[in-house]
Amino acid sequence: MTTAPAPVVPGSVAATAPRPTGPRRRRIRPARVVLSAVAVVVAVVWVFPVYWMVNSSLLPQARLQSREPNFFPTNGSLHNYADVLDGTGFFAALRMSLVVTLSTVALVLVFALLAALAISRFRFRGRKSFVIAMLFIQMLPAEGMFIAQYRMLSDAHLLDRAIGVTILYTAAVVPFTVWMLRGFVAGIPAELEEAGMVDGLSRTQAFLRITFPLLAPGLVAAGVYAFLQAWNEFTIALVALPSDASQTLPLWLRSFLNASVSKGVDWGEVMAASTLIALPVIVFFLLVQGRMTGGLVSGAVKG
Amino acid sequence: MSATSTVASDPAADAPDRRREQPPRRRRRPRLPYALLVPAVAVILVAVGYPVYWQVVTSLQEFGLAQQFGAPPTFVGLDNYARLFMDPSLWAVVVRSLLFCLVNAGLTVGIGVALALLMNAVGRVPRLVLQVALLLAWAMPMVAAVTVFKWLFDWRSGVVNWLLVAIGLDQYQGYSWLAQPMTFFLVASLVVVWMSVPFVALSVFAALTQVSDEVLEAAAIDGAGPWQRFWGIILPMVRPVISIVLLLQIIWDLRVFAQIRILQDAGAPIDQTNLLGNYIYELGLGRQDFAGASAVSIFVLLLTVLLSWPYVRSLLKEDEA
Repeated sequence: MTTAPAPVVPGSVAATAPRPTGPRRRRIRPARVVLSAVAVVVAVVWVFPVYWMVNSSLLPQARLQSREPNFFPTNGSLHNYADVLDGTGFFAALRMSLVVTLSTVALVLVFALLAALAISRFRFRGRKSFVIAMLFIQMLPAEGMFIAQYRMLSDAHLLDRAIGVTILYTAAVVPFTVWMLRGFVAGIPAELEEAGMVDGLSRTQAFLRITFPLLAPGLVAAGVYAFLQAWNEFTIALVALPSDASQTLPLWLRSFLNASVSKGVDWGEVMAASTLIALPVIVFFLLVQGRMTGGLVSGAVKG
Repeated sequence: MSATSTVASDPAADAPDRRREQPPRRRRRPRLPYALLVPAVAVILVAVGYPVYWQVVTSLQEFGLAQQFGAPPTFVGLDNYARLFMDPSLWAVVVRSLLFCLVNAGLTVGIGVALALLMNAVGRVPRLVLQVALLLAWAMPMVAAVTVFKWLFDWRSGVVNWLLVAIGLDQYQGYSWLAQPMTFFLVASLVVVWMSVPFVALSVFAALTQVSDEVLEAAAIDGAGPWQRFWGIILPMVRPVISIVLLLQIIWDLRVFAQIRILQDAGAPIDQTNLLGNYIYELGLGRQDFAGASAVSIFVLLLTVLLSWPYVRSLLKEDEA
């Protein structure tokens, strides 16, 4: 009797509306606590390998081989790090990695910026084919080309040379960075540059003084992307740098582990070596991550 | 008079302006955009174009030991392809790669979406904790990550075996995970999923934050329960992002090479653990069968282009917008 007219009265809708939210809020709280706990547990599980790497790197071999694992690096030391740095190869590999990575970043930024300007500031014949080609090329796996790349570098006597890998890395990274920078260039109105030209700047001056500074976040994002790709790359380096004397850090880490297998791996040293490679990347990644997503989002909104 | 003249002159003044502005870009500087593309195109032609061309040619030739020592290559048509595709060992690798790829891509996207929903459901602090954990895993260099997993699963003092024994599974005392193909791929999958989930989870979470609260509130007021809101509103709105990350994950998991290669160092049976990339590597650099390796490479490249097509099309739409 009383429920029948209720839906007809408009006021009852407003009256019932808060009612579901009331109990829902009360019901959600325990659910939220459970979900929060799940989130924290998942976070701990996910971060565990990274933690375990750092933890093990601080412990001596004897303690790593004990029956019970050491979950905290109590009385740990940096001894393993000293051993890794004193050992053979780390600094040579670091040097190779730095040369290859920095050259790649420099070349990629110049090449990609020029191409991004072309496709976002001009309409020309072949523009669309170029864009499609870039998008497909960035998807091609290194594994589908590395045999031919190996032959090519070997024929050109560029195996084990930084310049050979740098060329391959640049070509591998340029397509995506063109695409990335295109969004940033498109986000800067050409009218700004034109206004500068009306005020008497040449086209080059207008670009350098107006557009270029506005592109800085885009270039940082593209540079970081290129840096991480080149620094972490393993597959192309494996075929292009076959000799032990010309390894980059990822190749060196693998050899470092394999060299110790026969005499029983000193996992503390191996984890110290892993940490040495990973830590700068992680710090770098976390520092720029916020700025990168910010840049990417603003590019997406404007572009 | 004055009113009509300004109204009339405004668009008139605008139009010639635009006409004056645009054609010079096309007519006076027709070469500039092409010149800007030269460095990028040149490096790609050298490092991608030539190798692909070489592989196409080599895959149609006999390229054996005689050719290694300078004999001219002979054209054999599709013989290399026929030879390989009659070879059951290649098919074993193809099936293994596809299985590995689909299982891992499915797991990665499934877990990634679940974590994205979790981040969306919890408060600020637990969300931040989870985000930082995911970012740390995402930032790990691949070689370091695989090395750490080798240590976690070490047969002698690995923490995983210790944990399994501690909960009463005594058969894992000294268990060698990387020596059997099944458990080898279990560890490989764990590494791949662990490294790939953060990208999926954070991308989908970013899409979830774009779902407007007002729409969800309106639906709640109209009586939609949490499940209805999820299936009717949230899922359709993030579906484009999910399909793109699933596609990318499939393409990326098809090319898993380095992780397998590094895990194999621990003494795995190579023949039973090779994926497509490893097979090409062994065929080319191991057995010096460059023709065969080229043929399989072309197969992998064609497969990638085919799979990438929907992704490229979606990006192109963004370009035209």
